[in-house]
Amino acid sequence: MSEQLALLPGLLTAHLQLALVALALGTLLSVPTGVLVTRRRSLEPGILGVASVLQTIPSLALLAIMVPLLAALGGFTASAFGVELRSIGYLPAIIALTLYSVLPILRNTVTGIEGVDPALSEAARGVGMTDGERLRRVELPLAAPVIVAGVRTAAVWVVGTATLSTPVGAPSLGNYIFSGLQTRNTTAVLVGCAAAALLALFLDQTIRLLESGAAARSRRRWGAAAAVLLALYAYTGASFVAGRASAGARPVVRIGAKSFTEQYILSEMLALQLRRRTGGPAEIVPSLGSTVAFDALRAGDLDVYVDYSGTIFATIMKRTDPFVSREAVLEQVLRFLADEHGIESAGALGFQNTYALGMRADRAAQLGVKTISDLTGAAGTLEIGGDYEFFQRVEWKALEERYGLAFAAQRSMDPALMYEAVRAGDVDVISAFSTDGRIAAYDLVLLEDDRGVIPPYDALVLTGPALEERAPGARAALGALEGAIDEATMQRLNMAVDAEGRSPESVARAFLDGLP
Amino acid sequence: MIELRELTRLYGDTVAVDRLSFRVDAGETLVLVGDSGCGKTTTLKMINRLVEPSSGQILVDGDDVTSVPGHLLRRRIGYAFQAVGLFPHMTVSENVGVTPRLLGWERERIEERVDALLRRVELEPADYRGRWPHELSGGQQQRVGIARALAAEPELLLLDEPFGALDPLTRDRLQRWFQGLRRELSLTVVFVTHDMVEALLIGDRIAVLRAGRLVQVGRPAELLRAPADDRVAELLATPRRQSEVFERLLAREPT
Ligand SMILES: Nc1ncnc2c1ncn2[C@@H]1O[C@H](COP(=O)(O)OP(=O)(O)O)[C@@H](O)[C@H]1O
Ligand SMILES: [Mg+2]
Repeated sequence: MSEQLALLPGLLTAHLQLALVALALGTLLSVPTGVLVTRRRSLEPGILGVASVLQTIPSLALLAIMVPLLAALGGFTASAFGVELRSIGYLPAIIALTLYSVLPILRNTVTGIEGVDPALSEAARGVGMTDGERLRRVELPLAAPVIVAGVRTAAVWVVGTATLSTPVGAPSLGNYIFSGLQTRNTTAVLVGCAAAALLALFLDQTIRLLESGAAARSRRRWGAAAAVLLALYAYTGASFVAGRASAGARPVVRIGAKSFTEQYILSEMLALQLRRRTGGPAEIVPSLGSTVAFDALRAGDLDVYVDYSGTIFATIMKRTDPFVSREAVLEQVLRFLADEHGIESAGALGFQNTYALGMRADRAAQLGVKTISDLTGAAGTLEIGGDYEFFQRVEWKALEERYGLAFAAQRSMDPALMYEAVRAGDVDVISAFSTDGRIAAYDLVLLEDDRGVIPPYDALVLTGPALEERAPGARAALGALEGAIDEATMQRLNMAVDAEGRSPESVARAFLDGLP
Repeated sequence: MIELRELTRLYGDTVAVDRLSFRVDAGETLVLVGDSGCGKTTTLKMINRLVEPSSGQILVDGDDVTSVPGHLLRRRIGYAFQAVGLFPHMTVSENVGVTPRLLGWERERIEERVDALLRRVELEPADYRGRWPHELSGGQQQRVGIARALAAEPELLLLDEPFGALDPLTRDRLQRWFQGLRRELSLTVVFVTHDMVEALLIGDRIAVLRAGRLVQVGRPAELLRAPADDRVAELLATPRRQSEVFERLLAREPT
């Protein structure tokens, strides 16, 4: 608990920064647009339509799509204007959250201004106001309570949605939730959710005070609310500047982690190794979306992360043809990464984390199943469970085809539940990840892929083009881990986090300390 | 000096104002009377260009009103709305001082002006300066509206039924006060009312409108002596009829 709470000030500040900046930008964007709409009625369907469509995009997708968009745009701005754009981190998060805040503010601006008594608009003209003066001195002040109500709605949405900034590399309270869910750390999940909820409630109430103060023209009430908001902005602004200043002093190596236990442990391990061997700072960007990490490495926004040869082979190179061998796949992947993207590997860690069919050991023995071929006959009476994407993946199609597998039923489920289900006998076979700690803990066996259908998934330490520049000696430091972790070891490390509740950092440290 | 030439305003098929021409000389007060819907308000709004005419021309001091931007024209012309239209988010003093602020007057000058005007419309500044419009009665709001129209020291004043919501005693006082004020400042005024007593009391000349057209314009005595038609005669007879009723009531009362 205290370990989790220690992270709170940093993550809360980061979360507040995202929410407040997005809200300010959203307001700056939406209020003038709303005014424009009331001045040019013909624009209304188009502009409100675009805002509504933006709102219907699932928030996670809106955030995730910003990364490749910014990477593409960054390539253009870098070559055209020499301006580098960061494709992960604050920028995509801020852009997406800003867009997300547009609709309620825009809609309320339009409603608020349209709701102003026409007699008062005419009186404003009658006393000699220009169009601009009428807007500023009469229409906007009268519409203010309605506009502020829109900002309030947006604030609650943005604070909630900002938790989804974590997968695009912007730290937020979502860090608790994503890593907590993956490492089965309920405390972390609860801390993250509670903090986000309290923050949303706090902003909601503060803005409500602003709204009711504006409606009642109580200068004291809205003054107090405005002072609180200003203080929040001042605080986040100051911490942002402070963060920039300390970050600017020295180049920091940025290490990515996708959102599962193994990745959290490995990123801690790589960070520790770099700090120890190069003496330079290294920072972890946790819980990234799978392709977000790759895009960010390519764009130079990350310097290091661990990916798997089979993932690159299938999802980046989009290869569907049968592979020749583990060595051949590795070689092709490394050549592709270097040639196409300027990405190097500092070495394979020594284990594979592959999809594998797993069964309870006693059940496998009872059925006499050791290899996947042995399953073919029995499959008709068995049920298989897989994670959400498994049954759509090429690996599953290949397994079905090449082994002629036809199970009595197949069920998609959360990876965490999958292991519990096979342990309890609710399903007979699961699509296990071969390094998962629960394989040993739950006494499961992995069936041999005797026809070599599932591609190899060698864990590779991928490094971006700017790594050596940022931390001289880094590649050598990371290269020292080549072959250092076999499958059993990785299972054990995962287990220490998932089942024993140790932190990824302490597990990584203990492992490095134990190396010769 | 205000001059209307063949002024017409259409709203779809409705002719709100129909080829209206008249002159208001400098320092003169012209009262517009006529039934509700006859085009009085529309005429007033065309003079300060809140409404643009469909055709025709308006000259103010010899210049076509379209020769200056509308908002600059309106800052020179005081206007009191029939619906009053005080800004609900501004205090009484902010409402009264709104045009001077637009004109960039010094703060102190505005404050002095606002207080003087509030006193003139019989609202003690110390009590009323900081009030919100919703804290005033209808009559008080009207008085603030008149003060607002006068605030920027205009030479031209357009008043749309300015005393309509006042109780009789206050109306009587303010009518007399207004007579004094407009003479003192030699204001040029177009004054809309449907109250004939008020029209006779305040107007140097009276213009009778019917369905957007000018039926007759002249000094009260001229209209009384030679009404253009029966309906004008009837209209002008209303005050006399009322006073006869009044006299009869008095006579019947035992003393
Ligand atoms: N904005 C408008 N749209 C349509 N018709 C209008 C509008 N303003 C006034 N009118 C019409 O023009 C005519 C004159 O109205 P108005 O000038 O307000 O009359 P008055 O002030 O003499 O009562 C009426 O028939 C009224 O319905
Ligand atoms: Mg009227």
